[in-house]
Parts: sequence; structure tokens; C-alpha cells
Amino acid sequence: MTTEAVVTVAGLNKWFGEFHVLRDINLEVGRGERIVICGPSGSGKSTFIRCINALEEFQEGRISVDNIELGPNLRRVDEVRREVGMVFQNFNLFPHLSVLDNCTLAPIWVRNIPRKAAEAAAMKYLERVRIPDQADKFPGQLSGGQQQRVAIARALTMNPKVMLFDEPTSALDPEMVKEVLDTMVDLAKEGMTMLVVTHEMGFAREIASRVVFMDAGQIIEANTPREFFANPQHARTRLFLSQILRS
Amino acid sequence: MAIGSRPPPPQFWPKLRRVLGGQTGWGGVLGQLVLVAFVVWLGYEIVANARANMQAQRIASGFGFLSQTAGFGVSQALIPYSESDSYTRVFVVGLLNTLLVSAIGVALATVIGFAIGLGRLSPNWLLARLAGAYVEIVRNLPLLFQLLFWYLAVLATLPNPRQSITLLGWVFLNNRGFVVAEPVAHASFWPVALALGIGVGIAFAAHALARKALFDNGRVLRIWPVVLGSLVGLPLVVALALGAPLSFEAPVLKGFNFVGGLRIIPEFVALTLALSIYTAAFIAEIVRAGILAVNRGQMEAGSSLGLSCGATLRLIVVPQALRVILPPLTNQYLNLTKNSSLAVAVGYPDLFSVFAGTTLSQTGQAVEIIVITMGVYLLISLITSAAMSFYGWRVGMGLGAT
Ligand SMILES: Nc1ncnc2c1ncn2[C@@H]1O[C@H](COP(=O)(O)OP(=O)(O)OP(=O)(O)O)[C@@H](O)[C@H]1O
Ligand SMILES: [Mg+2]
Repeated sequence: MTTEAVVTVAGLNKWFGEFHVLRDINLEVGRGERIVICGPSGSGKSTFIRCINALEEFQEGRISVDNIELGPNLRRVDEVRREVGMVFQNFNLFPHLSVLDNCTLAPIWVRNIPRKAAEAAAMKYLERVRIPDQADKFPGQLSGGQQQRVAIARALTMNPKVMLFDEPTSALDPEMVKEVLDTMVDLAKEGMTMLVVTHEMGFAREIASRVVFMDAGQIIEANTPREFFANPQHARTRLFLSQILRS
Repeated sequence: MAIGSRPPPPQFWPKLRRVLGGQTGWGGVLGQLVLVAFVVWLGYEIVANARANMQAQRIASGFGFLSQTAGFGVSQALIPYSESDSYTRVFVVGLLNTLLVSAIGVALATVIGFAIGLGRLSPNWLLARLAGAYVEIVRNLPLLFQLLFWYLAVLATLPNPRQSITLLGWVFLNNRGFVVAEPVAHASFWPVALALGIGVGIAFAAHALARKALFDNGRVLRIWPVVLGSLVGLPLVVALALGAPLSFEAPVLKGFNFVGGLRIIPEFVALTLALSIYTAAFIAEIVRAGILAVNRGQMEAGSSLGLSCGATLRLIVVPQALRVILPPLTNQYLNLTKNSSLAVAVGYPDLFSVFAGTTLSQTGQAVEIIVITMGVYLLISLITSAAMSFYGWRVGMGLGAT
């Protein structure tokens, strides 16, 4: 891997009121790296990746994305968000806009790309996630898997440097999980830098450059998938793996 | 073997059946025919019965009475009116009064309602509680009670004209209503109004042009100087060139009452206040529900695409909230208009009070007057609904990138 860091997280601490939800998180993500984050429910995975595009504020530490600093006071939020694409567990497509308009809204209003060009680009991304024929439909008319692929295309239209995925497949039926994971595998193979919160361990094995295990707001262990699965260092990791691989 | 795609079978008859009979099939169609026949028969019986009764009482039917002299005075008329005018003119006077109180009530109720509704959602504890208290108190008291409260308990306790409470000598509050400075148009009024109209046109054109530039070329035009210039600058220049378009004639106390100035009768003030404050409580709840109906994730999805907070609200949250808000908001506008007929309780001369009230009791033309009055309220309601639907359609069209 190249050493150039796209995302740097140093000494990140966050509290929800009195509750210390993220404890001293340090992570560096190089260009083209694919990080899979896993851990038990409530361990702070979502909160962590939401900090990276400033959907959550934090009290201590430092996050930088593509050399844009995001301190605790969250200035330069919009700059960072333009470089970071986010895919949510429940899609969050805009229900009042067609699939195509979902994908052109931000390029037109944020990047000021002419509409024709934005539409052409959006069609390109919709082809990449293999649903160009759904462009004129509305989100409510699509299956869950299709909606999630539109959400991925929508994030890609902004040409992000990093893509964040927060459990992108956990709201989907099993047969749709595969179509979304396939899309993400394609994306990874094209060299996209990705941080993915997921419990799809097959995906982690195949694609991850590193697997990060979180528990109680801390990063317990971070390792290559081969080491992580074959040779977990901590008892907590072993317990988690035994539970998740059994089911 | 793969099965190729083919067009669906013809669906004319199933569709027709669904339209006519719902889920019940042809039996349902028969049922509906019976129902229609029954309603027609009922209507015929009512009309025939009324005719017979009126003939027995020797009341002339028909609309001839409309040209007879009314012979009673009306305390507020937007057009010149005297006792010797016809019932038709009374009708117009009442209609205008109803429209006036409804229009001002709707505008006020909307402003107050949106403010209270947003206030309830505010993170500011005190503001949210105050807004909540407003809603709970206002919507739980009968409207008639509130109307009488404003009329009898608040406005009637104001001092008499000689001791009027005055605001800077331009507005006087007393128990005979409000007296405000009267605007007087000068020669330059129409040129300035025309300039303002042109300014509004230019502002809209600039907006459309800016959109086109953004969509076609990705250019962001800064249009606020143009908008400001055309809306304020243009009329101002014309006014400076031709002289002030309006001047205000302050009311002066002479003897027991005011001369000059515009008198707003207390009945109007009480009715407007009661209607708008009451309806605002419901509008506040509608607005709150509409905004809460938009998933939190929508805001997050917008911001995570890099849209600014304002753009997210404008392009994503508001259009979705309006879809939820507009239909019940229309209901509230209609309610307000219809509730304005409570005017009769305080003696405000609205359509219901002067036409379905005084005119009816003087002429006895109950059927004709009720039909006309019903028709007018129906027409106002239909026009309001149509306007709101059109607005909703515009918002739907204007969504996002379109
Ligand atoms: N807005 C909030 N206010 C207070 N506490 C919160 C808030 N959001 C999350 N938490 C708490 O922070 C902790 C971490 O939440 P988070 O959503 O990051 O967990 P997670 O690892 O993503 O879990 P899951 O796998 O269930 O999605 C949880 O205990 C949760 O209850
Ligand atoms: Mg989560």
C-alpha cells in the first residue's frame, strides 16, 4: 500500500453527555485502502464513521480528510463532506426525486456542474451499479437492493476521495445483500478508499486491507483479514468471531 | 427456457368494474344505481315540498327580491353603500366583508401558525414550552367563546375615543375600534405602482435566469443586487422623480370622535383576532407534524453530499414537509373561511350575517338565499382548494433540479 494517508484520525474522543462513546481512537487510512470495521452492537462503530464526515461532533482529537483538518469545532465541514461519500443503512434516498434527480442534485447545487453533464455523469454511475434502466423511477418503486445501489451511485457522483458505508446490507433480504456487496467489491477493485462497517465477514475476507475490531468505544485490534480471522489476538475478538461466524 | 417479456392483457373491463363497483363487482354497480335513484327521488321530494309550502304561504319564489331596496344600514362596507341600495348590493357588501376577514385571517393564521409550530420544535426550552402552552390553551377553547372574549373582554374595555390609547399619533385604540392614519394617493401613485410591478417582474426573471445559468452552464449568478435594485431602487427612483406616491392623513379628535383616518370597527378586529389565533393553533400542529414527518436521515443524507444547511432545507426537507402540510393546511383555510360566519355573534356584517341573516328575515326568501349563500361558500372553498392544489403542484414541479 502507498503510505499517503487519505484519512487520519488521531486521539479521537467523544462523549454523548456523560457517556464516553469513543475512547482515544487512532487510525490512518492510506489511499486505496479498504478498512472493514466490526464489533458488537453499541460499540460505537456508527458514531466513529459519522465523525469522519462531521455528522457527529466530537470533543477531543483531530480528523483530517485529504489534508482538510476537522477539529472539534467542526469548521470546514462542507469542504470535508464534499470529499467523503456516505452510504447509510436505510438508504436515505430522497423520496420526492427520481433516481436520476437523486444523483444530479448535489453535483448541480454543490459542484455547479451543468445539468446535462451532471445527468450524463449520473447515468454513467447508474450503469456502474447496474441499474441505468431505473433512472426515471422514484425510490419508492425500487427494491431495497436497488435503492442501496442508487445510494452508492448518488455518493459516487460527487467524486469522493473516501466512501463510508454504515452497515449497507443489514436492512436487506439475503438475495439483495449479494448484489450490493458485488457493487462494493467492484468499487474496491477500482481502487476506491473505503471504510465499511459491516458484519459480512466473507466480504471482509475477500476485500479488506485491514479489519478493525471495536468494543466499548475503543479499537481493540486492527489487522489484515488473514491474521484477524486466523489468529485473533484478544479474547474479546475471539468471542465476537465465534458468535458471528457461528450464525 | 427463458420467457420473453410481452405486453399485459387488455384491462378495460376489469378497470371499468373497479371504477364503478370497487371490489364488489357488478353487484356493486347495481347497488350504486339504486343509491343514485334514491338520492334523485329525495331531492325531487324536497324541492316539490318546498314549492308547495311556499305557495301555501304565498311567498313568491324566484330571485326578483334581489333588486328590491334593502332599507337597512351596514356598519362596514368596502364599496359605497346606503340604505336605499338593493339587496344585490347588500350581498356584494357582505361577500366583500367575508372575503376581507377571511383573507386577512388566513394570512395572519399562517404567519402565527408557522411561527408557533417552528417554535415548538425549537431546542430553546422556554420557547418550545410557550408555543406548546399556546396550542393547548387555544385549541381547547370553543371558537365562539374566544370571539366573545376578544369582543367583550378585551376590546370593550378599551377607553372611549377621547382617552384613546395612541401609538405615535398615527394609530388610536378605543372602544369604538381602531382609527389609523389614512393613506391618500397622489398623482405619482400609479407610476410608482407600475414601477413596483415591473420590479417584481424583473426579480422573477432574474431568478429564472439564475436557475437557467446554473442548470445550463453551471454558473452561479449573484442576483440579490438585481432583485434589491428592481424591487426597492426602481420604485424609489420613480418616487424621487415624480414625488411621493402616498401621504398619510393622521386622524384628529373632534368632539367625541375622530375625523379623518381609517376606522376599523371593533367587530372586525375581534373576528380577525379570534379566527386567526384559533386557526393558528391547528396550523402550528400541522406544521410541526409535517416537519417531524421528514426523516432525520434526509437531513443527514443532504449534508453528507455537501449541501449547505440552507440548501438541504430548501431542496430536501421543505418539499417533503409541504407534501404533508398542504392538504390539512387547505382544510384549515376552509375552516377559517366558514367559521367567519360566526361574525353574526358580534354583529360583523359578513355575508352570512347581512344576507342569510337580515335579508332573509326581511324577505322570507329562505330557499333562494340559502342556495345563493351555500353556493358562494362552496365557490370560495373550491377556489381556495384549487389554489392550494396548484401551489402544491408547483412545489412538486419545482423539486430539486427541475
Ligand atoms: N445521539 C445519541 N445520544 C446518546 N447516545 C447515543 C446516541 N447515538 C448513539 N448513542 C449510544 O452510543 C453508543 C454507540 O452507538 P453506535 O450507534 O455508534 O453503535 P454501533 O456500534 O454502530 O452499534 P450497531 O452495530 O447496533 O449499529 C450506543 O451505546 C448508543 O446507545
Ligand atoms: Mg450502527
